[in-house]
Amino acid sequence: MATQTVIGTQNKVGQTIADPWKMMHEADRTPCFFTGSEVIKEAIRRANCDVMIAYPITPQSEAAALIGELFAEGYIGDYFRGESEFAVMSECAGAAFGGARVFTTTAGPGTMRAMENFPMWAGARLPIQMIVTCRGINSPLSIQPDTLEISYLLNTGMLVWHAETAQDFFDWILKGYMVSEEPDVHLPLALCCDGFFVTHTKDVVNLTPADMCLPPYDPYRSPVPCMDMECPPVRMMRDPFVMKSNYISYATHASWQQEVWAAVERSRKHTIRWLDGMVEVDNPDADILIVASGTAVSQGREAKAVLEEDGIDLGIVKVKSLRPWPEEEIREATKHAKHIIVPEFNVTGWLAKEIRATIPNPDRVYAGPHVCGGMTMPPEIIAADIKKLLGIKAESLAGRGS
Amino acid sequence: MSKERIKIAPEMFDIMPSEYQDLVERATYGNENHRGWKDIGTSKELIEEHSLCAGCPESMAFRYILASLPAPADTVMVGSTGCTSLVFPHVAVHNIHSLFGNQNAIASGLKRALSVRFPGQVKDVVVLAGDGATVDIGLDMTLQAWFRQEKFTTICFDNELYANTGGQESGLMQKGFVAKMAPVGKTFEKVRLPEIARESGCHYVVNCTVSKPNLVEKVIKNAIYVAREIGPTYLQLYTPCILEIGKNSMEGLQEMRDSEKPTERFAYKEYVSDHAKELLTEIAAKEKERKAAAKKQLAGKA
Repeated sequence: MATQTVIGTQNKVGQTIADPWKMMHEADRTPCFFTGSEVIKEAIRRANCDVMIAYPITPQSEAAALIGELFAEGYIGDYFRGESEFAVMSECAGAAFGGARVFTTTAGPGTMRAMENFPMWAGARLPIQMIVTCRGINSPLSIQPDTLEISYLLNTGMLVWHAETAQDFFDWILKGYMVSEEPDVHLPLALCCDGFFVTHTKDVVNLTPADMCLPPYDPYRSPVPCMDMECPPVRMMRDPFVMKSNYISYATHASWQQEVWAAVERSRKHTIRWLDGMVEVDNPDADILIVASGTAVSQGREAKAVLEEDGIDLGIVKVKSLRPWPEEEIREATKHAKHIIVPEFNVTGWLAKEIRATIPNPDRVYAGPHVCGGMTMPPEIIAADIKKLLGIKAESLAGRGS
Repeated sequence: MSKERIKIAPEMFDIMPSEYQDLVERATYGNENHRGWKDIGTSKELIEEHSLCAGCPESMAFRYILASLPAPADTVMVGSTGCTSLVFPHVAVHNIHSLFGNQNAIASGLKRALSVRFPGQVKDVVVLAGDGATVDIGLDMTLQAWFRQEKFTTICFDNELYANTGGQESGLMQKGFVAKMAPVGKTFEKVRLPEIARESGCHYVVNCTVSKPNLVEKVIKNAIYVAREIGPTYLQLYTPCILEIGKNSMEGLQEMRDSEKPTERFAYKEYVSDHAKELLTEIAAKEKERKAAAKKQLAGKA
């Protein structure tokens, strides 16, 4: 089924299948005041999804349950609650192997429990989309926002995007399918956001028309055969590579891993096109740049406003895509910066490490401030760290011992 | 999939691999519902070579099962890590290996996707995994698929240990057996999965060996028909690891025969739900009718 032939026709719930570029860029938008979870539901309503598999874990449970309502309304082919995140991600894989467009959501410990599946998804070239509403993963138990889990996803071979706002979420869920289902990509996408800050707060989001949807997934554009017995099976090999300790076996496995990462690279051009660049830069000529992803970008903007009152000029680089990694963009955006501040909602500062590994003179990078375990990041603490870095005496902030 | 799909254009025929030519010319693909173990050796099989040990009963089981699939042109198999995963790359039906132990979860998603994409069409899903995958690491997903009444067949090749990793203790191992990771003998009983399967909602459950090809054919077909129409089915087949129990290549068959005696652990046991009984009776009646008609037609021709 070629995509072009279905545009303008209706799907089984009466939505008109739209040209995805026109739907995302030209169709009328209606402002709505929704929580992030409701926005996920509204994006999936328009995504022409075949299968969604759910499992409860805070803070993604509401979104996962709302998509169940979409199933009840007929918007999704099948939906069920799996038994654990490991199983859910395998069930998603089974559905994707069978040629379905698949969606799921998870968070924190769920992401970690499911981890074995993610390199398998990438290696099997399954373009599953998984929303990750990040939360704490360490003991003692925390359900609060914390982005540490993203660092574990970075080397799975999945595409990894980090949404800042509910509007990003709405647009990127739909655009994400367009990128990850490209034949030269065909990889899973982890679309991450900071739990609660995005999922449980309300925001004005401009929605595309509810009677328009994406074209259906065409599994026969996949670079690997769809497991539906609609194309001739072949005996793949006489001697399974797993049994062989020889050069051919190693070369086969090595070349496939290289191919997965080459596919991540090939997604770059599609990502740039659909997300209008992998980074968003505001005031790159400033001496001091905040480079951040997720809601740390929003807090960075607030810090910029705070510091402007003191006459300190700040630029902001919002990193949208973590895989593929916008190496060139970050080098370009930071080339004039004397100080690069990387505020993060996690204890290890994985984004700062990525940036340090990317740019010349990495001593310019200040990894911090870091908040974790659900702590908020008031703009004042970013401002205070920047002042400290510049040798300006800052007012003491309660609880920070400064 | 229609058999037309695998036809080779006449101009291309001579350059296709001989195995593919053979598959198109002499497979039992189009002979839906009337295939069986007696086709072995007379027509192109879905498996010929394997990379298992010489004399491994699992290789016999594979051949009987593949010869008995009622609709191979619309069957997708799901495997797991282990000796079975060394065979699947040779099998001429679509098959999925993803991780160790998640086979019933994969099959759940797969079956549902195929049902969404091909409503009203036969698309059989068959899981085939070892006892470690089915009963130990994957037990949660094995049972949950049954609780959910997922419509596919689960086959467990029970060799009572982890064969591929070198003979470690498994849940289906007999109590007292000394093995790697059970240095003083296994301390608890063989897990009673067939009974658990019945209680978990399987509609057709059989525990047996693969010593008799006609029996394997019957239970495979029954299990697939019931799964297709009603709900989950489970087959536990004894495929002894001759290597790990100290037998020679030619002794696998005798080992199975010894283990299926009425007092032994692989004595034939079957559970069929009332709903499944009705279906199987109906199918048997139709088959009888078909055979009678064929006989009549043959007599007419003569």
